[in-house]
Amino acid sequence: MKLAYYPGCSLSSTGIEFGMSAPVLAKALGLELWEIPEWNCCGSSSAHVTDHNLALALPARNLAIAEEAGLDVVVPCAACYARLKAAEAAVRSSRRTKEEIEKIIDRKYEAKITVRSLLDIIYTEIGPAKIREKVLRPLEGLRVAAYYGCLLVRPPKVAQFEDPENPVSMDRLLSAAGAEPVDWGYKTECCGGGHPTISPEFGLKILKPIYEEARYAGADCFVTACPMCFTNLDMRQKEVGKQHGTVYNLPVFYITELLGLALGFEARELGINRHLVNALPLLKHKGLLHPVKGGRE
Amino acid sequence: MERVNLSRELLHAPEVSRELKEHYGIDITRCYQCGKCSAGCPVSFAMDYMPRQIIRLLQLGMKEQALRSKTIWLCAFCDTCSTRCPREVDIHGVMEILRLEAKARGYITHKHNNIFHGIFLQLVKRLGRVHEGGLIVLFNFLSLQPFKDVLYGLPLFLKGKLHILPELVRDRGEVKKIFKRARSEGGVSK
Ligand code: SF4
Ligand code: SF4
Repeated sequence: MKLAYYPGCSLSSTGIEFGMSAPVLAKALGLELWEIPEWNCCGSSSAHVTDHNLALALPARNLAIAEEAGLDVVVPCAACYARLKAAEAAVRSSRRTKEEIEKIIDRKYEAKITVRSLLDIIYTEIGPAKIREKVLRPLEGLRVAAYYGCLLVRPPKVAQFEDPENPVSMDRLLSAAGAEPVDWGYKTECCGGGHPTISPEFGLKILKPIYEEARYAGADCFVTACPMCFTNLDMRQKEVGKQHGTVYNLPVFYITELLGLALGFEARELGINRHLVNALPLLKHKGLLHPVKGGRE
Repeated sequence: MERVNLSRELLHAPEVSRELKEHYGIDITRCYQCGKCSAGCPVSFAMDYMPRQIIRLLQLGMKEQALRSKTIWLCAFCDTCSTRCPREVDIHGVMEILRLEAKARGYITHKHNNIFHGIFLQLVKRLGRVHEGGLIVLFNFLSLQPFKDVLYGLPLFLKGKLHILPELVRDRGEVKKIFKRARSEGGVSK
């Protein structure tokens, strides 16, 4: 399956692990990714809260380039996905919007192609059964809290492939890889987006119950598909723990890192050595760092 | 506060409700104030009006008060409210519309928020992409808290997560033009 690939800005900096593991996993699953040449930032929430036209036009330029190549677009980052999808929906639903956007980007864009999240592709097109077949290093004994956050599942009319209150795609993929997903109540709770950075005085309050619930459910770690969620969860644990006189020590993984690990790739090539909450001791403890026989080069 | 007869107010459909319905297809008169939106909102603890109360203000035609609220700057646009509303009121959409209008009128109740998004867009305009290292440094500088999160700088850098130099889109002219045209098409940013 050949797809146009939109990595987004985070995947080369704060989300570097996602940027490394997504293409590695995609290739192993038989997905051919064609990176959209000269792609630009989707505008993220900043365009979204500042300027309606800009919020649609910035993602639309990338989509127009993919459309010219005749390929559907796959997006790993949940936040970029939401923006690209919103542009697609806006252009599809109104002729006037389509014309306005085309004028702004000075390219033709008819929303003939479809934007999909990488998680959706892995879950829907490849599926847990295929993953199970390919596992070389089962994630046995690893208790995972699958954390979806908001943008992968909401608004449901846009996100489409998941239940907005009780999503299961990551849980099922992780089960197929041998891990044990925990049952917990904060799967789709918002991580606060930019707030922990912009206004830590209350932004950090949003994160605490998420750490607390995952720990209470007996999870060893979090799994996410969003660089924003990842950064908030990974970077702020120490700080929030200190505020509350406790220590949180839950590594955060991208879904692509854990599936990659299960498929036999090494932690380093997936970027797992780059987390702020060191993930290697946990993996070592669970016996998941040993090279696999007949493993991948 | 003086008493208000809500059904009469709604019957006469204050301007605001009509405007939202006609321009955006959002019908706030459907809201029966059950509070489900506020109950699920992750940021409500920091807001001056609950999401439910913002809708109530609008039902009563008190838009000015809603526009000057902190709420619309604190909303994280997570869409929990709209997804759960039993009356299918797009509260998220309302927050968005109010926020854009407040910004256009210069009602800025959360300065840091405004600074952050402003820098973000400047970077996109100049570089085509966001340079996260630059974003944090500029934000701390312009929001007058130069040492905020400084402890994270070195670890992030060592893990290869922050770069000194930005990545660029080669043809930045195209992105710049998008900014220019978006505004002339009636976008609301300065
Ligand atoms: S959930 Fe819907 S009906 Fe209930 S208070 Fe909020 S907007 Fe009104
Ligand atoms: S979209 Fe805004 S108002 Fe609605 S639940 Fe999220 S933060 Fe609260």
